[in-house]
Amino acid sequence: MTTERILNAVVVAGLVLFPIWAWMADEPFMITLATKAAILALAGVGLNLALGIGGLVSFGHAAFFGIGGYAMGILASHAQAYDPIFTQPFVFEGSKSMPVIWLTAILASGLAALGIGALSLRTSGVYFIMITLAFGQMLYFFSISWPAYGGEDGLSIYVRNSFPGLNTLDPIQFYGIVLGVLCAVLFLLARLAKSPFGLALGAARQTPLRVETVGISPYRLQLVAFTLSGMITGLAGALFADLNRFVSPVMFSWQTSGEIMVFVIIGGVARLFGPVVGAILFIILEHLLGGLSDYWHIYLGALLLLIVLFARGGVIGTLTGREAAHD
Amino acid sequence: MTPRTLALAACIAGLAGGAFADTHAGKVKVGMITTLSGGGAGLGIDVRDGFMLAAKQAGNDKLEVIIEDDQRKPDIAVQLADKMIQSEKVDVLTGIIWSNLAMAVIPGAVAQGKFYLSPNAGPSALAGRGCSPLYFNVAWQNDNLHEAAGAYANSAGYKNSFILAPNYPAGQDALTGYKSQYEGELSGELLTALGQTDYASEIAQIRASGADSVFFFLPGGMGISFLKQYADSGVDIPVVGPAFSFDQGILQAVGDAALGVVNTSQWSKDLDNPTNTAFVESFQAEYGRLPSLYASQGFDTANLLLSAMDKADISDADAFQAALEEADFASTRGEFKFNTNHHPIQDIYVREVIREGDVYTNKIIGTALEDHGDAHAAECQMQ
Amino acid sequence: MSPILLAEQILNGVQLGVMLFVMAAGLTLVFGVMGLINLAHGSLFMVGAFAAAAVAGATGSFMLALVSALAAAAAAGALIEVLVIRRLYARDHLDQVLATFALILIFSEGTRWIFGSFPLYLNIPDYLSGPVTLPGGIQYPLYRLTLIGIGLAIAAGLFVLISKTRLGIQIRAGENDREMIAALGVDISKLYTIVFALGAGLAGLAGALVGAIQSVQVGMGEPVLILAFVVIVIGGIGSIKGALIGALLVGLTDTLGGVLLPHLFKLFTDPATATSAGSALASMLIYILMAVVLIWKPTGLFGARA
Repeated sequence: MTTERILNAVVVAGLVLFPIWAWMADEPFMITLATKAAILALAGVGLNLALGIGGLVSFGHAAFFGIGGYAMGILASHAQAYDPIFTQPFVFEGSKSMPVIWLTAILASGLAALGIGALSLRTSGVYFIMITLAFGQMLYFFSISWPAYGGEDGLSIYVRNSFPGLNTLDPIQFYGIVLGVLCAVLFLLARLAKSPFGLALGAARQTPLRVETVGISPYRLQLVAFTLSGMITGLAGALFADLNRFVSPVMFSWQTSGEIMVFVIIGGVARLFGPVVGAILFIILEHLLGGLSDYWHIYLGALLLLIVLFARGGVIGTLTGREAAHD
Repeated sequence: MTPRTLALAACIAGLAGGAFADTHAGKVKVGMITTLSGGGAGLGIDVRDGFMLAAKQAGNDKLEVIIEDDQRKPDIAVQLADKMIQSEKVDVLTGIIWSNLAMAVIPGAVAQGKFYLSPNAGPSALAGRGCSPLYFNVAWQNDNLHEAAGAYANSAGYKNSFILAPNYPAGQDALTGYKSQYEGELSGELLTALGQTDYASEIAQIRASGADSVFFFLPGGMGISFLKQYADSGVDIPVVGPAFSFDQGILQAVGDAALGVVNTSQWSKDLDNPTNTAFVESFQAEYGRLPSLYASQGFDTANLLLSAMDKADISDADAFQAALEEADFASTRGEFKFNTNHHPIQDIYVREVIREGDVYTNKIIGTALEDHGDAHAAECQMQ
Repeated sequence: MSPILLAEQILNGVQLGVMLFVMAAGLTLVFGVMGLINLAHGSLFMVGAFAAAAVAGATGSFMLALVSALAAAAAAGALIEVLVIRRLYARDHLDQVLATFALILIFSEGTRWIFGSFPLYLNIPDYLSGPVTLPGGIQYPLYRLTLIGIGLAIAAGLFVLISKTRLGIQIRAGENDREMIAALGVDISKLYTIVFALGAGLAGLAGALVGAIQSVQVGMGEPVLILAFVVIVIGGIGSIKGALIGALLVGLTDTLGGVLLPHLFKLFTDPATATSAGSALASMLIYILMAVVLIWKPTGLFGARA
């Protein structure tokens, strides 16, 4: 594990030092890119809990990403218009405060994940992949055709939401918030993976029967993991919407689910820092290749192909010389 | 600007860091964000080529253009706009094709004090209450071509139209736009799924409806699919639509199925004015294909910008805005001026699809609306 | 709604269904035999349509276009099987998803690089265009009837292939026990290449057939891919019979849902809301169908295993 520990430390150091360099060099856009990478990494970290530790291959995490995004969009647009979201049975006002938005996003995506998980976990294997895709697609088409919040045009929020004591409009301060959230979630997950719950969840992935014989229901374990996973991805969705000051149905699309999955796989499945490395790498590739030619997707595709064929276990797996713990 | 929007702009200006500080005497740096990869790339490429042709012909070395591909994704477009404003420190943004991307980028860009010249999308929110002194649309307001189709339907004596569009904001706007001018009855109204490729069921309903005309707004591949299937169904009720399903890039893929179909557009290849004749010729010579509607819009956008650069320095935003408002350039569509909400007042023509040798193209057969503005200008409080 | 209109809509649903079947058959075979999730199946659909448009443009023959669509997609399928896909059989679904996702990027932009960014022209030949009158006075396009015929013929052909031929026996054996048929001396890698190319060829043929009444453009395969996945999951993965029934269910649900739901909503709300709410629900309907089927039968209607 030591190699991986060193690697993780290098990644954390990079996440802290790179934006400071960008700030000193007056390259605000580089900070924006780093913020995007950190937020997408958080979405991947959420998926990794279900996918890596729990072995639940969800192709529908865009659903939670989108719900988080719309939680921000809906709260902020109502706050912007001084118009409560609903008044019955109690008055529910919009809000421009990040902590309130985060809490709503986590609750809403957690509820959705609980519902989707409860139904989807009746299936397994490739059927699970496809049923989660189906739920994602339902929300995608719903968000396009439901006119109240902009439909396909999405919702624009003109000013970034506020965080007590900080100026979120300053790229480096917003980045600090995002990095703080990412580190807190990573810390909690590291604890969780070593907790009895995490160990039982891993066991339920490898040998469900054995877990059942000691009296633990794998279904319940997996449902809790899936719900937590949805909550984290939902939080990432709210931050992503705040980064762009914009939310749209694209956040719900199956391509978004695919991209979040790509971060996890290229970084290294079931590795704590896998999605972080994956998201950083993806953003760097997108930034560098985008300038090469109009047809840069060909290079991106070829690189991804090379990674999956020859770098088994993702980047972390290759660098640390161990197979990832998934099967 | 109201005090509130001013405060807003000031806040966001903080985000832009030192973007205002640098001075480059008389130079104008343009950031073009447009769709150059993926399914909708044809439109972005046409806008870019039209714009760059005008820039090349002007030979103005004070104009600098940076081009980036938004992949038709709103979040990418927003990040490119951030990059262009924060890192490249552009003065003017342009290029976006799709309304949803425009809604994601334009409000933020103008709040940060950048000019935005739209070569295509004209969502109603930005023409009415959301209008801005720094935002100019050089194409049309989204409703315009649909309104023209409604006006044409009246003049053609249609009394019972069947109308359909995809179920998303631009589609709903299209139906509203048509109905705002059309005076007859509706025999049916359908909202189809976005990205739908099979219209057999809709065509069956059209056949059974007893309509005397069909209005449809199905941009891109959806329109190609609809027209091919409609032609094959044997239903021969006349069809009208906006130009988006009949532009030069798409027509060759529709082929005979489009022949004789009537569509409305603010531009056509055969518009008889010296600018347009020269534009069509030089575009063909430069790129080896006929220009489309989108290419003409890109060309006009660049010429508008160049005309303002001759009159004012971009560092004086008020003077530059006034110079843009004058619209003192020779447009490919003939007469062109800006309404109070910075959207065009222009003629909208009726075209018919014809075949010239091996190439399908459009011919003007009349004018649907003269000196037409849009319905949202009254709501625009430009301050 | 009149009975004639309803009958016509049912025909439309069946036509959509059989074309989805041709697309889904290859996907379900590849999954059943090799255990592979192939997201790039939609790209092979696109390859077929572009090959057909290019050949029809050059020669003017629709038959030749169909043959070359089949050949080009099968060849592309065999090529990616040998270069990429066969390295993925032993991997888990995640690696397969990522690798075939990468193939989509390569195919889409590669096609755009070769054929340009504008849609291509491919049309129905004159001898198949226009409507015919069916018993009961239904006016129905001849080409769509032909599609139903071709789709059913392919379905019949596949059933014969699977149940009666030597290749079919090997395929069924491969679905049940991969190691065993290798031990029996069947050249397993050749079998895999053949199955993959067969599925690819069918997808390409579907692309060409559907391309004649749709838009031949980059990205056309992706919506169809998702629908094909819905089909094979509803039917039960690996089952040709399930794919056929799933395809017809999806085709009919999608078509009739789009027609009937707005009418249904008009019974208890105003027309404008009914149109928009009905259309919104209709666009979600097949995914709801899929979720309901999976909750009721977690391995699809005819699926044997997860």
